Amino acid sequence: MIDIILAILSTLGALSILFASIGILRMPDFYLRLSVTVKASSLGVGLLLICAAIMFPDDASVTTKAIAIVFFLILTAPIAAHMIGRAAYFIGTPLWKGTVVDELDGMYNKETHELQSDPDKAIDKSTSTFNDQIADNDKETR
Amino acid sequence: MIKNFLMNLLLSFLWVALTGSLSYTGFAFGFILGFFVLWIMNRNEQERRYFFRLPKVFSFAFYFLYQMLKANVQVAYDVITPKYFFRPGVVRYPLSAQSDFEINVLSTLISLTPGTLILDVSEDKKALFIHAMYLKTPEAFIHQLKEGMERRLLEILR
Repeated sequence: MIDIILAILSTLGALSILFASIGILRMPDFYLRLSVTVKASSLGVGLLLICAAIMFPDDASVTTKAIAIVFFLILTAPIAAHMIGRAAYFIGTPLWKGTVVDELDGMYNKETHELQSDPDKAIDKSTSTFNDQIADNDKETR
Repeated sequence: MIKNFLMNLLLSFLWVALTGSLSYTGFAFGFILGFFVLWIMNRNEQERRYFFRLPKVFSFAFYFLYQMLKANVQVAYDVITPKYFFRPGVVRYPLSAQSDFEINVLSTLISLTPGTLILDVSEDKKALFIHAMYLKTPEAFIHQLKEGMERRLLEILR
């Protein structure tokens, strides 16, 4: 009985990691790649660790370690995804052409890097000027 | 609230010590037993929230797990079939959560669900900017998130 549960869980975990890696190859833009990879891989690793915990029921140290790893994975993976996504948006990584709506456009204050919450106060409706400004800064530093 | 939780932990440790077997199942059983003992013994009207909140925490955990699996299947189907079904977009999501802790937990949970990714939190903590993969309209997406995830989470945290 336990063998069947283990087989199902570990297959699901491995498949989820496999789909995440295919997703890196197939997704059309950076944000979708990030979106697919982080979650599917954390689910996959979580399922495999649960398998390890079920496999050794008498050994409390294995279970404790598995729980600790899953806990820290859940704690850190979304923060990493958030920071990578924010940095990518900041340097103007283009969104896919099929993107429906972009409400973040022009909400950043370019001097202070502060983010507005009110859409009426949006500063400038294009990301290209932001890239120009970065280019200007590069020239100045040279 | 916190007093009840500590009492419950103490009771489950007592259970483990008295049965003499240090295992997770024994601990969980002791915790459930302690929960019911405390519930029966409770006479303070103000302390009753704990007994309704703990089952809500577990039901939220299962709800979240279900949502996560459902979204994962959807994303996996989209990855392996040749045609793209998604309509991605960046949505501004007005927050009802106020304190730092509530925003932190909410954004972590939203980020863990496949298909949604937090890009940034605004400076005055009034709005989240979410990159969503399956977007019918922004209003429908915001309504779904607000009624499903945020309402349940705030019920537990407040």
